[in-house]
Amino acid sequence: MPKVSFPLIMSGLSLLLLLTVISSTGLGYIPISASEVLSSILSRLSGTIPFDLDQTQQAVIMDVRLPRVLTAALVGGGLAMAGAIFQAILLNPLADPYTLGVSSGAAFGAALALILNMTLLGGYSVPMFAFVGALSAVFAVLALAASDRNYAANSLILAGVIISAILSAGIGFIKYLADEQVSVIIFWLMGSFAARSWSDVGMVLAATIITLLTSLFYGRDLNIMSLGLRSSDSLGVDTARTRKTLLIIASLITAISVSVSGIIGFIGLIIPHLMRFIIGPDNRKLIPASCLAGATLLLVADTISRAVLPREVPIGVLTALIGGPFFCLIFKQKQLGAR
Amino acid sequence: MTELFSIDNISCAYGNQKVLHELSFSLTPGLFYGLIGPNGSGKTTLLDLILGNLTPHCGEVRFKDREVTQYSRRELAKEIALVPQDFRINFDFTVFDVVMMGRHPHIRRFANPSDNDHDIVNNVLAELEIDNLKNRLITQLSGGEKQRVIIARALAQNTPVLILDEATSSLDIQHSLQIFQVLKERSQAHGATIVAAIHDLNFAAAYCDTIILLNQGRLTTIGPPPKVLNAERLQQVFAIDCHAYLEPFSGAHQIAYRY
Repeated sequence: MPKVSFPLIMSGLSLLLLLTVISSTGLGYIPISASEVLSSILSRLSGTIPFDLDQTQQAVIMDVRLPRVLTAALVGGGLAMAGAIFQAILLNPLADPYTLGVSSGAAFGAALALILNMTLLGGYSVPMFAFVGALSAVFAVLALAASDRNYAANSLILAGVIISAILSAGIGFIKYLADEQVSVIIFWLMGSFAARSWSDVGMVLAATIITLLTSLFYGRDLNIMSLGLRSSDSLGVDTARTRKTLLIIASLITAISVSVSGIIGFIGLIIPHLMRFIIGPDNRKLIPASCLAGATLLLVADTISRAVLPREVPIGVLTALIGGPFFCLIFKQKQLGAR
Repeated sequence: MTELFSIDNISCAYGNQKVLHELSFSLTPGLFYGLIGPNGSGKTTLLDLILGNLTPHCGEVRFKDREVTQYSRRELAKEIALVPQDFRINFDFTVFDVVMMGRHPHIRRFANPSDNDHDIVNNVLAELEIDNLKNRLITQLSGGEKQRVIIARALAQNTPVLILDEATSSLDIQHSLQIFQVLKERSQAHGATIVAAIHDLNFAAAYCDTIILLNQGRLTTIGPPPKVLNAERLQQVFAIDCHAYLEPFSGAHQIAYRY
């Protein structure tokens, strides 16, 4: 394994993310140069009115592109962190943020809101229902697994499978009832960052920061938990409590991500995996690095979908199309390596 | 001498299945205890009770002055180390990292390991002769090598009490002898108390000061090896035909089996 120093990797990833944000914001139907993007952002931050900037460009940058770009990056970072956390807790390098039924819960909530034509909360009805659905699914899984007082990995995964299966049947039933609205449901489930606002950015940013801080706080405990329940308990980690806290945090950021962007798979699976190749399994380094790399990758994917492809492909479909084969490769190599 | 653990009339059950029946005994500091019994006799459950992982349904396990379940995880981790039966690890930590995890209860949350922590880890690696594996990935080691790393991790925890659950199950004879030698040394020279569940009766007889014999969840006897491990009792508990004698080459009490 090549030994590159951790601060160097982190600065490299941060720089890459910054460059991706600036160039993504410039790309699109109206191309805007990087220097204009930068001066527009800086002038907004400093509060001065830019005298040499085109008002339309300014609006495109600040009201349309930047919220979308930042939401995509934050969701990517959040899902990647959630993936790393789920993998550490479930002692399974192939777990992902959706393992515990978060995606089925969100999909069920969203489908329900769409078919019932909920307008209770205006434009936020569908995301709110998705969010509530996602969290309810996770709590149902936790309740189902709770008879095992340690929240053992196998009980959690099995409970996740059961709850997901029930919810999938529910979604199928809603689609059956939905008639012509079925396309709306399907489209929502495929994921999109179109028309994100600054309030979406704020919400995902808050969740990302909370997740990052919590995972740094418990980083060493997470490493030790990979030795198994008996060992981590005997090493002074309150394994059951740590597991529960981190499961809730990781599910929260996944639920918020799903509620703003629909279901985007494979980021949470592949990014922590790639990062483990580069910086090893230490969660104190792996999780922050996954956050930066996940942000960059999802932003690149969204930008390709939005500005490069002739027609916008749903982002969830794109990540699955790229991530799926890649995952098969990893899986196959792992099997060969295990022999 | 004051007792380190006193186990007072404990019973334990999983659902309707009663696993331990009214056990009472105490453990004296500095002795090497061997926990012996057929499969399913309740050895691991008893170890879990001593570790504070389980609460007995009646009776109590006292460690020093308090009930063991009243200590925080961290407090206990500074006193008692465990070598578990199961040692699968799915993540690519290096051997050094895994052994350093043994220092966890002694290192503050955001602090880095001190020079002292490094010295302790390096000494344990040298003691078990696995310093050549130091930078290897734990996932790439053989079963026996992994088990030695896990034992090293528990030794690095540097606790007055060490509990081992079948800790030499994957080791060859050379390394089994080495581990028992190291444990004996810890107990005799450093006053550590050791409680080890052991399947090999001859190892138990050769190394332990006191044997705790369990059968069907009950304490059959507790005492020095020659007293506990006699042919008649082993016949009774394990249903085997055997002969116990003082073996002249090793000078230890040993058991010979009719094959």
